Amino acid sequence: MDHWHTMGVLVNNKSGVLQRVSSLFSRRGFNIESITVGASEEQGLSRMVIVTRGDDSVFEQIKHQLEKLIDVVRVIPVSDKPMVARELALIKVESAPERRPEIIALVETFRATVVDVGQNSLMVQVVGETDKIDAMIELVRPYGLIELCRTGVTAMARGNAQV
Amino acid sequence: MSVPIDAKNSTMHHSAITDAERERLLAPDVVSGSEILLRSLLLEGVECVFGYPGGAVLYIYDAMCDNPNFRHFLARHEQGAIHAADGYARTTGNVGVCMATSGPGATNLVTGIATANMDSVPLVVITGNVATGLIGTDAFQEADIVGITLPVTKHSYFVRDVKDVARTVREAFHIASTGRKGPVLIDIPKDVSAAMTKFEWPEEISIRGYHPDPRVDTDQVDALLEAIARSKKPVIISGAGVAHSGASEEMVKFVEAVQAPVATTLLGLGGFPSANPLWMGMPGMHGTYTANTAIQEADLLISIGARFDDRVTMKLDGFAPRAEIAHIDIDRAEIGKNVPTDYPVVGDIKAVLEYANTKVKRADSEDWVAEIADRKRNHPLTYKDSEEVLKPQWVIEMLNRTTGGRAIVTTDVGQHQMWVAQYYRFDKPMHFVSSGGLGTMGYGFPSAIGAQLGNPDTLVVSINGDGGMQMCSQELAVCSINKIPVKIAIINNQVLGMVRQWQELIYNGRYSHIDLSGSPDFVKLAEAYGVKGLRATNKAEAEQVWQEALETDGPVLVEFVVPSEESVYPMVAQGKTLEQMLLGDDD
Repeated sequence: MDHWHTMGVLVNNKSGVLQRVSSLFSRRGFNIESITVGASEEQGLSRMVIVTRGDDSVFEQIKHQLEKLIDVVRVIPVSDKPMVARELALIKVESAPERRPEIIALVETFRATVVDVGQNSLMVQVVGETDKIDAMIELVRPYGLIELCRTGVTAMARGNAQV
Repeated sequence: MSVPIDAKNSTMHHSAITDAERERLLAPDVVSGSEILLRSLLLEGVECVFGYPGGAVLYIYDAMCDNPNFRHFLARHEQGAIHAADGYARTTGNVGVCMATSGPGATNLVTGIATANMDSVPLVVITGNVATGLIGTDAFQEADIVGITLPVTKHSYFVRDVKDVARTVREAFHIASTGRKGPVLIDIPKDVSAAMTKFEWPEEISIRGYHPDPRVDTDQVDALLEAIARSKKPVIISGAGVAHSGASEEMVKFVEAVQAPVATTLLGLGGFPSANPLWMGMPGMHGTYTANTAIQEADLLISIGARFDDRVTMKLDGFAPRAEIAHIDIDRAEIGKNVPTDYPVVGDIKAVLEYANTKVKRADSEDWVAEIADRKRNHPLTYKDSEEVLKPQWVIEMLNRTTGGRAIVTTDVGQHQMWVAQYYRFDKPMHFVSSGGLGTMGYGFPSAIGAQLGNPDTLVVSINGDGGMQMCSQELAVCSINKIPVKIAIINNQVLGMVRQWQELIYNGRYSHIDLSGSPDFVKLAEAYGVKGLRATNKAEAEQVWQEALETDGPVLVEFVVPSEESVYPMVAQGKTLEQMLLGDDD
């Protein structure tokens, strides 16, 4: 049964590591829904957060294949436990001056913020789970979507669980 | 005929370095990256390197002038160099080393890297690259070989700083030769091989996150041992991992304690001795009747160092339908990859079997073992022999008989490879050398060169088809000039036999581009390189010329002319399950 998996991958911060990871996914036919990379709490290590879809055996395969990469220090199946997953989106929406209040009201109900105002546009920044961002996008789409940027998901297990 | 041949070539010897030499190598001199590379390789115990020079490795080749102990064999094509390194590695258990220049030199290695990667062969592959300042500019002979080989290496390095050369070599050898073994690439830009620094040899290395030797989980093994005790029809598949782990003795002990019949995969041949009464032969597409039917009837199937390759399982849905599956492997990712597994055991096979052998109880398999012995007797491999023409199966049997089954045998890929697997009887690990996973034509002959250099006192026979021989025949020069006494057999059926067989059986006899007319006269080809060439077209000639080859010092090429129409049986067609075998002429 296919479902979403979110995993953290602690890797050496070396050139080519992202390529090794993405090459593994394409070579083995695993899909990547989103991938983010950034610094970790430890110098010299980066943390990737990868969201993928498949059944549990596929996920096991992905985990074990990733662990074989020399530059992968650890793979943490974040979505096995309660987690916080967040994504950020910047949305540029068409907005004639007279429609601004309406859009801003909409944005506020999502606890999103307007981060730039153009003559005929607004840039909205929204942070949240993927579902929330999808909903926000759908709500502003009728006004006219000019540009959309999403960061992909980053995630962390709740509580004391150390990853 | 005594088999171990007297290798009279003085250039061949195992070169364990002396303490004095070691001290000389370790001297903290300020030297070039190239000198550091050579010293590092010597300190790693490298006996021989196969390579081909070019612009980006000129500093490295220059440094060889000052290191007469560094034994480099000049191949005639980079592919030949890497297959030779591979054959050396498979027959010694040591890391094989090869070297090439940037660009085309490096890309010519790719097939060999993929070959080694598929079969978990420990190699360190060294390539030059253009100077760091030129990287990314499409400079002359520039290729991103690290990028190109990412999916077919265990790991790879691009060395940016001369200070990293020694540590990189050390890490590469460690990674190549531990855990599930494999090829490691080191790409060195020309300015790095030229740059000077003080030589410092890191005695200790640690690679964070690399844990190649998982501790044996005794609970896992105990669960498997309980399943064995309950089993009435156990079957063991013994794979290449047994030899990689050096676990052949433990394997025999285990099998005899369990009392389970054993099938050895293609690359598992010799890991468990064919002389053992519990041996059933090879399973899979061209496996024996006994091995394939036993797998289909088994109630417990134990794979030891084999990875349920599609040529072994054939149609997965319907593979071992009555069996619980147990899988012992050092690579956790192999377990459950192709076949759902009831009893997973992660670990080094030798360590796992050593533990298992302390408490294993025999299976409830008395009737089963007797039944399998009957089956083996009643369903031997067969072919229609002939007194008029040479049958390829007969040739392999003759090679087996005249060498006492004790030669190191390398093969190329195709029909002759399967006939060797079926008719040559391997009793020792690291004696059968073949490209199993990738199925690389052109592998058979050059791999024998490396095997012979690594085993100067053992007879090395390279068995090739007329197709594959032409993919790397240029390496005859290496045999000739270095007097490497490989005995080369060519099973010449004048066609691409395995392709012909499939076209006959599966493509309704529509033969397409299988005719190898225009091939050279192989005897003359050998002679052109200064290698003795012999030919046989019937049994009497075959016995006679082969005997002459065995008694000749130095390399000999023997061409056995066989008919084109012979097919390999049994055969399980793709999409069929193992018991749906075509048994061939004698059905």
